[in-house]
Amino acid sequence: MPAYTLRIRRYDPQSGEAAYWDEHTVELGERNSVLDAILKVRDEVDGSVGIRCSCQQAICGSCGVRMNGKPGLACNTHLQQAADRGHGADWNPPADGEYNDVITVEPMGNMPVIRDLIVDMDAVHWKKIQRVTPWLLNQQPVPEREYIVPHENMVDITQSMACIQCGACVSDCLSMEIDPLFIGPAALAKAYRFVGDPRDADHYERLKDLSEDEHGLYDCTHCFNCIDACPKDVAPMSQIMRLRRKAGSDHEIKDRNNGYRHEHAFVQNVRRNGLLHEADLLPDSYGGKFHPRAVPELLSSLPTAATALARRKMTVTKVLTHPHKAPKQVKQIFDTIEGQEKRVELNLYVTGYEDEPESPSESEQS
Amino acid sequence: MKVAYWPGCVSRGFTPELHGSMAQVAPLLDIELIELDRAACCGAGVIAEHNQELADTLNARTFALAQQTEGELMMNICSTCQGAQSECQERLDANTEYRESINAHLSDEGLRYDKGLTNKNFLWLLVEEIGLDTLKTKVKRPLTDLKVGPFYGCYIVRPVERLGVDEEHPRDLYLHMVIEALGGTVIDYAGVYKCCGFPIITMNKHASLGMAGRHLGDAVDAEADCLVVPCPLCHLNLDLQQPAAAKVVGRELGMPVLHLPQLVGLALGLSPKELGMNKHVVRPTSVVDWSTSVVAATAA
Repeated sequence: MPAYTLRIRRYDPQSGEAAYWDEHTVELGERNSVLDAILKVRDEVDGSVGIRCSCQQAICGSCGVRMNGKPGLACNTHLQQAADRGHGADWNPPADGEYNDVITVEPMGNMPVIRDLIVDMDAVHWKKIQRVTPWLLNQQPVPEREYIVPHENMVDITQSMACIQCGACVSDCLSMEIDPLFIGPAALAKAYRFVGDPRDADHYERLKDLSEDEHGLYDCTHCFNCIDACPKDVAPMSQIMRLRRKAGSDHEIKDRNNGYRHEHAFVQNVRRNGLLHEADLLPDSYGGKFHPRAVPELLSSLPTAATALARRKMTVTKVLTHPHKAPKQVKQIFDTIEGQEKRVELNLYVTGYEDEPESPSESEQS
Repeated sequence: MKVAYWPGCVSRGFTPELHGSMAQVAPLLDIELIELDRAACCGAGVIAEHNQELADTLNARTFALAQQTEGELMMNICSTCQGAQSECQERLDANTEYRESINAHLSDEGLRYDKGLTNKNFLWLLVEEIGLDTLKTKVKRPLTDLKVGPFYGCYIVRPVERLGVDEEHPRDLYLHMVIEALGGTVIDYAGVYKCCGFPIITMNKHASLGMAGRHLGDAVDAEADCLVVPCPLCHLNLDLQQPAAAKVVGRELGMPVLHLPQLVGLALGLSPKELGMNKHVVRPTSVVDWSTSVVAATAA
């Protein structure tokens, strides 16, 4: 039976002591879970190791931790799988070329630690979930019998409904790391669950609220960490993009954070020029060169622009004119697609991949 | 090898030194660039968040143009293009009916995208097509004593499945490998796989510059001489905006940031000026102590 070195980050904020690494050798099969190893240490060596867990079936969402630097559920991560993750987390691999059997286990990030591997989900994750009004606001009048919902609408929100609230996406959200007030990936994915539900009456109000919040819809920095972190393929960032499509394209909500204006300016810029003309994009994202909102922004950007001009990174001619113009075929593509009555979207979570034998739900069952 | 070459927008806009340095480096690596000059912007994820079908069609058009060339594959020099195009290609390749509906938008121009294009960032091409052993043989001036921090950003390493990061293709270590192959020293620091913040610069400038400033500061603390990036948008936030980022994080930074072709070009014997390094806001030639590096021979 293989042996793994489990390095658990121990910390008790009540104690006044600094955090430290606690190392244990655990003999378990490579397909045993990281949670099996943690529980073995707790049961056989040190009963004080703090870990929150329950179902051990990847459905209760309790045992979210970071394993060799990457977040996930301890109960559905095999020991060898966790050990293999080490390669990206540590350049300077062992000289013998054998990647090691060390698995570091840390509490999730972006949330305060209560003890050892237990984080305070109430202080961050659940507060943010509550922020998005996570319940259905019925269309009125309520029908006498059940609501009849088109199948495709329910399929559309299946992916966001798969969330088990484990907090893995929150743990590694890079926007939240710098802006703790960001509503975050889990709560925004939850918001899509209702914005995509035809029984909900408040789609516009929900989208307006999330767009106007300066830590809301437009605070996501497209880092894709939440997509890789999610053990249930919810792809929170994809749900955030769907919220943006609904807010910007369907409802044209002109938020105070420039989310809509930036997107609109970008699309029009490419339609006009084929290749992006960055010098126009900045002022247009604030409503145009002479818009009152743009003036302070442009003034604050002057030192940056001056340096770029001085270094010939850009030239006055390049700022004022753009050598590229979109070919007429590109403009035609914009006109045809933008002129369609309904936006077309392909959700691969729902449709699957033609050449792929297993859908996400099938692989979970196996 | 011949490649259908997609330089993207920013390398011909605010980071002209990237396009220029790639043109200098390509012949030294026996790469023949067939530039896709009729193709349009990849959308950088922004067009996709406006209208997915529109982004998919624009990129299908670029792929179709690439397939019309003699290039063995398509190559880009921008992580954001790589990520945005990989996302579109994933949908196009996954569903015949959808692909055909997108191709219908291209038919007036006589274009058609056939499933299965290979589209690689210059970094991937360096490791997977040219190979590190060949690269090493071409090094004329090893980057001895140059301590380089890799900055991958987001679009070229995540999501891992879509970007093909696996045991056989450890693409999340390729910058590390290239730095070592060129004779440099890899500096590990907290920001290696973090986001530069550029995508939110117009929506939340403070957070955006805070991200850039934090990672640059971490690289300073780890005593890196410079960073290397495979993405011109990361370069904009880390170099062009560096003075503003320094103000946000309240510390001096002065960290030079090199485009990948510039780092490769230095080792292949080109001078910093030929590689457009004088166009940077944080001038590598004035900040790096070249006297301890073999590069000093040409920098002088």
